[in-house]
Amino acid sequence: MRLLKIAFLAMLAAVPATLSIAQSGPLQIEITEGVVEPLTFAIPQFQAENAGSDELARDISRVIASDLSGTGLFREIPAGSFIANRTTFAEPVRFPDWRAINAQAMITGAVGVDAQGRITVKFRIYDIFSGAELGQGQQLLGTRAGWRRMAHKVADQVYARITGEAPYFDSRVVFVSESGPKGNRRQRLAIMDYDGANIQFLTDSSSIVLAPRFSPTGDRVLYTSYETGFPQVFLLDVASVGRRALRTGDGLMSFAPRFAPNGSTAVYSLEQGGNSDLFRIDLNSGARQQLTAAPSIETAPSFSPDGRQIVFESDRSGTQQIYVMPADGGEARRISFGEGRYSTPVWSPRGDLIAFTKQTKGRFAIGVMRVDGSEERLLSASPLDEGPTWSPNGRVIMFTRETLGENGAPSIYSVDITGRNLKRVELPSAASDPSWGPLQP
Amino acid sequence: MTLFLRLLALSTVLFIAACSSPDRFGDGNSVDLSANQPGFAIEPGSASDPTSPAFFQQNIGDRVFFSVDQSTLDAEAQSVLSGQAQWLLTNSDYQAILEGHADEQGTTEYNIALSARRANAVREFLVAQGVPGSRLRTLPLGKERPAELCASEACYSKNRRAVTIISTGALS
Repeated sequence: MRLLKIAFLAMLAAVPATLSIAQSGPLQIEITEGVVEPLTFAIPQFQAENAGSDELARDISRVIASDLSGTGLFREIPAGSFIANRTTFAEPVRFPDWRAINAQAMITGAVGVDAQGRITVKFRIYDIFSGAELGQGQQLLGTRAGWRRMAHKVADQVYARITGEAPYFDSRVVFVSESGPKGNRRQRLAIMDYDGANIQFLTDSSSIVLAPRFSPTGDRVLYTSYETGFPQVFLLDVASVGRRALRTGDGLMSFAPRFAPNGSTAVYSLEQGGNSDLFRIDLNSGARQQLTAAPSIETAPSFSPDGRQIVFESDRSGTQQIYVMPADGGEARRISFGEGRYSTPVWSPRGDLIAFTKQTKGRFAIGVMRVDGSEERLLSASPLDEGPTWSPNGRVIMFTRETLGENGAPSIYSVDITGRNLKRVELPSAASDPSWGPLQP
Repeated sequence: MTLFLRLLALSTVLFIAACSSPDRFGDGNSVDLSANQPGFAIEPGSASDPTSPAFFQQNIGDRVFFSVDQSTLDAEAQSVLSGQAQWLLTNSDYQAILEGHADEQGTTEYNIALSARRANAVREFLVAQGVPGSRLRTLPLGKERPAELCASEACYSKNRRAVTIISTGALS
């Protein structure tokens, strides 16, 4: 059996304009001037295994297709061009019928609902040109309320088996939902599925909330709230939505909290007499440690995935730039040297890249660079883009894009780290400050 | 300070005289410099009452402005803040919240830190003028509460500000 495999466009600007795919079979991804020809797939509507599962089968099929097409790496062949008509999950695949419409991959499936309301999703993935199944069929069991997660799980399997990469569809994003006039915005913490579905609010809109961050397991959120009258770091439990202010420094203002990879340590900025420095706190014992001591602004920290280093921004040179230091403090080295100001660095989950916000000539961009600051590439540009966050597999970045002026409002956008597939996450209201959580178990 | 107070009272009285019927002041030729003289129709708490927050806001000036990325106080800002200090020293029952703000041409968390610097610059100036620090509290608001909404320097320059909010309540 030949493996379907998309070779991802290498992340570097220096990549050759054409990238040959490491296989000899008929399945090839043509890359011309940085544009990947998407892999075509067919997804006949999943079979309804019993009365009442028809609508669910249709909806699950649509979410799977949307996940795959949404990556920009796959293109769905519309059902209207199908030659074959499948009537059961078990019937053999007539590969020539699918080759004839140029489908490279096909996903078949079936959905059943039992008396208790639990749903079963079965699926198989086929490499059409090889005429073989790709991996093994699987069956998922879940609740009706969790049907979208089951669809994401299927799409994650398709993505992982075809690309060889870790997937990211079954993941959630914590963000700030915004409403009201720009001069007096109402802000609430909210969680959504990665695709904007299933929005749940975690706080009411009575105080300003800023820049939430998911814990490594997605069970808690660190954020900045003004509910005590001034900015202070809070820790919120997602399941119970219970929250508490961290004892970050006696009566002082704190902001910009981030979890360490171990989930039990946080790092944040503490403001004292107009000066902001970085501190870390043990979330269990409350023990604090000062990490920086400079008269400049030190903020927007982010741990390396191994927890040994922290990347952060500082204006100690006169403008915002990006620095890396050991996780327990100590000498920091500057890594950003391009034109303009660099801020909000975020270490990628793979450990190899830093995403950042860059300001130059009155415009904002989201970019990535190597951990040593080399090979900077910009992925977006607009009057106001800021605050990147990584997908769990390190392939996609979400960020805030704000339109300017009296009626301006923020939205959440996503972009592939190749710079392709820039798009808005469709949400019912203005939204900012996304933080992408882990792939759910 | 005394001279300052007199000037305040004078300006208030002249303001009222200009806006009111001359009959209220008898022959209209005399100007009494005592703000507390019975018969003066200064509505307590209004902008005409020199001891009111409204007067502070409208006549002293409740805000100062900053250059891009800066928290230094220029001559104009220092002049406004000197007036604020005098008012706070005179009206010692009041507390003040010193809000710092930034324009939207910066990232969210940096702007919190920058606006904290601005609020603190105001605080340090007022304390140096003799206002007890216990009556002042800083509140950095970053770019979360712009005063002006257009997307040009005309608005950004008004959003890079520190605003002194007078309050009677205890500062938590």
